[in-house]
Amino acid sequence: MFNYESYLRLDKFPLIWCSGCGDGIVLKSMIRAIDKLGLSKDDVCMVSGIGCSSRLTGYVDFNTLHTTHGRALTFATGIKMAKPRLHVIVVTGDGDATAIGGNHYIHAARRNIDITVILFNNFIYGMTGGQVSPCTPKGKRASTAPYGNFENAFNISGLAQAAGASFVARATVYNAVQLEKLIQRAIERKGFSLVEVLSPCPTAYGRRNREGTPVDMILQQKETTVSVAAAEKMSAEELEGKIITGVLTDVERPECREEYQKLIDSFRKEG
Amino acid sequence: MKTILEGSQACAEAVRLARVQVVSAYPITPQTHIVEELAKFCSDGSLNGRFLCVESEHSAMAAVIGAAAGGVRTFTASSSQGLALMHEMLHWAAGGRLPIVMAEVNRALGPGWNLWADQTDSLAQRDTGWIQLYCADGQEVLDTTLQAYRLAEAVNLPVMVILDAFFLSHTWEPVDLPAQEEVDQFLPPYAPRFRMDTDHPQSLHGVAPIGVYMEMRRSMQLAMEAVPELLERIEEEFFARFGRRYGPVEPYLCDDADVILVTSGTAAGTARVVVDQLRAEGQKAGLLRIRMFRPFPVRSVHEVLKSALKVAVLDRNCSFGAGGIFASELRSALQGGNPVPVYSYIAGLGGRDITVETIRDCFALTRGTDRPAIESVWLGVKEELLK
Repeated sequence: MFNYESYLRLDKFPLIWCSGCGDGIVLKSMIRAIDKLGLSKDDVCMVSGIGCSSRLTGYVDFNTLHTTHGRALTFATGIKMAKPRLHVIVVTGDGDATAIGGNHYIHAARRNIDITVILFNNFIYGMTGGQVSPCTPKGKRASTAPYGNFENAFNISGLAQAAGASFVARATVYNAVQLEKLIQRAIERKGFSLVEVLSPCPTAYGRRNREGTPVDMILQQKETTVSVAAAEKMSAEELEGKIITGVLTDVERPECREEYQKLIDSFRKEG
Repeated sequence: MKTILEGSQACAEAVRLARVQVVSAYPITPQTHIVEELAKFCSDGSLNGRFLCVESEHSAMAAVIGAAAGGVRTFTASSSQGLALMHEMLHWAAGGRLPIVMAEVNRALGPGWNLWADQTDSLAQRDTGWIQLYCADGQEVLDTTLQAYRLAEAVNLPVMVILDAFFLSHTWEPVDLPAQEEVDQFLPPYAPRFRMDTDHPQSLHGVAPIGVYMEMRRSMQLAMEAVPELLERIEEEFFARFGRRYGPVEPYLCDDADVILVTSGTAAGTARVVVDQLRAEGQKAGLLRIRMFRPFPVRSVHEVLKSALKVAVLDRNCSFGAGGIFASELRSALQGGNPVPVYSYIAGLGGRDITVETIRDCFALTRGTDRPAIESVWLGVKEELLK
């Protein structure tokens, strides 16, 4: 049996997360991934913004920083520049990273700075009670879209891919084993790495959209997702309404800090 | 019609009655109930307006600035960090002379994440050129929001209607909900003095060279100076129609009082109870609630405090390095008037309860001390946590 306790600040329990929330599964998968990599707790720095997922930094026994709404990546960029030896992991949500922090999200990916982002996508602003987010699917209900959302949703992973991230993967809490492996690979990959995790919010999203019980919502992930390999063999028609999971991008690209160092070194040699 | 409404709903109902055309907002506790209600009104047609769910508070204010420049009546709401993020746009709205009305639910700023009542967020915006009105109950939130549009559109300055987190935003109270026809007569459709007009194209918010910038700012100050008299006129009209008025300040048993407590927001309700208690015990205690903080009601405070022997100010806020903000403002406002000593107290930060005892302490300390301390006195602080 895996011992999570040495990674947790148990005095901060009970968790704020509602029963049936997927965020706990992500927390545990993350801890297992970090444990498998054998990272020292003191070498991990976890940074979060605001929202349900961002409360995670309070519960884990790493170097942690709880920042302002949407800005976790900017704080994390500063940390990485100051303390390059740290494994900087940003914990954020769809509202935090793609609405108020959308600009920082694409710029961190563009710079390809060596930061790992675990983005919990629950399609809603859960903590404030279920307002429509940039990832709420069209037609779904939210407290600020009581008769259905009429706007288009972001493809979070697609944004990071287009902006130039080294590693982009999508996972579900249904497949926690895969989630753990993807987080592990994301941390290992130098450059901007993203794992977008679909994490159900039964309280603020599921209830309003009649998605059933928390178990139904997790099982629904199994039905609506297809792996990258399976998707390659499917037609556009068959892929309609499906969400592709697995590694979407994994490439070696010049990393921001290293490029900067090269520039500095070039002057030093000349001098 | 008397009904039971949450403070947030009273605000949303006023926005509906004001026939606001564009609402833009971003979620933040404890403001969300206001905008959720408005999102519903805009969707179900009970308000013929558009609700924009934007990507940040900065964008929320920018969107209403755009809409107001287009010549329509606008509204937004925020709190704490959200308001702080809006800061740049608050200057822009006021400098652009746009009559935007916003609800600001007073909440503490982080870090030390805290959702509860604290006025430092709105008071930190005091120099942005917004009129600031602090409310004490649900009815006042509704009435003030309606008056705010009249005021804003008369002087072309934006108005912040301010309510305490939870104590007011999430408290249900009986509220008299006026009829739409009555409100329509009090608040006619918005007739902008200037707007984007494709028939008469113009450039808004452009460069202001040295030769005109100072005059633009002087004009803002003059508009602010016109507010007290204008508010009085608007309130008279409001009183004639709805039977309620508040004034820039609300004195309670001040005429013969030797010690007057000055405070704002919901703390005033508790203070009123204390004043009654002290009166019953034979003390000449009085209460002055400041409703309008910007422009600061200098003449009104002179008038009310003219014969007091001591003034105690209870602030649920702090300007670090200076102390209670209402107290500092009051001290400077009193220059040239009654040279009454001002005792400054800070309590209730981050939602800590301001109780009857807290306020009794204010009166007792003020009465029992010969002269005020130079620094604000903090009440209810756990000294053991500071070691």
